[in-house]
Amino acid sequence: MSSKPVEQSIRKKLTEHLEVSHLEVINESYMHNVPKGAETHFKVVVVSDKFDGVPLIKRHRMVNEILKDEIQNGVHALSIEAKTTSQWNNSDKTIDPSPNCRGGFGK
Amino acid sequence: MNAFTKSRELRKLPALLSKWYSAKAAPEIEQLVKASKVVVFMKGVPEQPQCGFSNAVVQILRMHGVKYDAHNVLQDEDLRQGIKDFSNWPTIPQVFINGEFIGGCDIMLQMHQSGDLIEELEKAGIKSALLEKEKEKSEKDSGSEK
Repeated sequence: MSSKPVEQSIRKKLTEHLEVSHLEVINESYMHNVPKGAETHFKVVVVSDKFDGVPLIKRHRMVNEILKDEIQNGVHALSIEAKTTSQWNNSDKTIDPSPNCRGGFGK
Repeated sequence: MNAFTKSRELRKLPALLSKWYSAKAAPEIEQLVKASKVVVFMKGVPEQPQCGFSNAVVQILRMHGVKYDAHNVLQDEDLRQGIKDFSNWPTIPQVFINGEFIGGCDIMLQMHQSGDLIEELEKAGIKSALLEKEKEKSEKDSGSEK
């Protein structure tokens, strides 16, 4: 059994459904008030040509839908960057960390 | 159905019912969403957001000088579930402009960076404070060239 089941499942689903040309799954749980090794807060960078001509909000909806089970079962926060391959190649390819927690978790 | 499975089924009932009845109904939410040109569902209040993502949205709107209605979902569990169902969006914060769902923190941040937010606000008849500042700056710049 893997020690990162959620991260791996996110990776697998996004890879399969979106034919990603680049994918980063970043576990940001350590930034929050959760036990060590928790898998509650994630940021995903999804680069896929399936986003071509798709508005931003719809790209996010696609990702949310694919990760529906994860979001319903334990993933508390999901930050999404969804880009086409050319958008990604033309970007500076840096990923800003999500904003710091302010203590609302668990309430 | 034997007694065991029956009692198990019964035990599930409250959870099932609460799933149906605990979320605020769509007409109620629609009223909230349409009560103001910009409406934000967030964790905490604008003066004291209780989540980094909600705070980011508050800061963006502040920069644009936008007045808005804010609803604290931590105060109201029905609203917290209701708004997610209403917009079919799994996370908080959620921003509405002119009654239309715009997105959460990531989308607001990207629209802010791309300039699309200024346009979106303009469509709703709101002049972004950033736009005013830019204008002032460019007028000053062109003035100094003369």
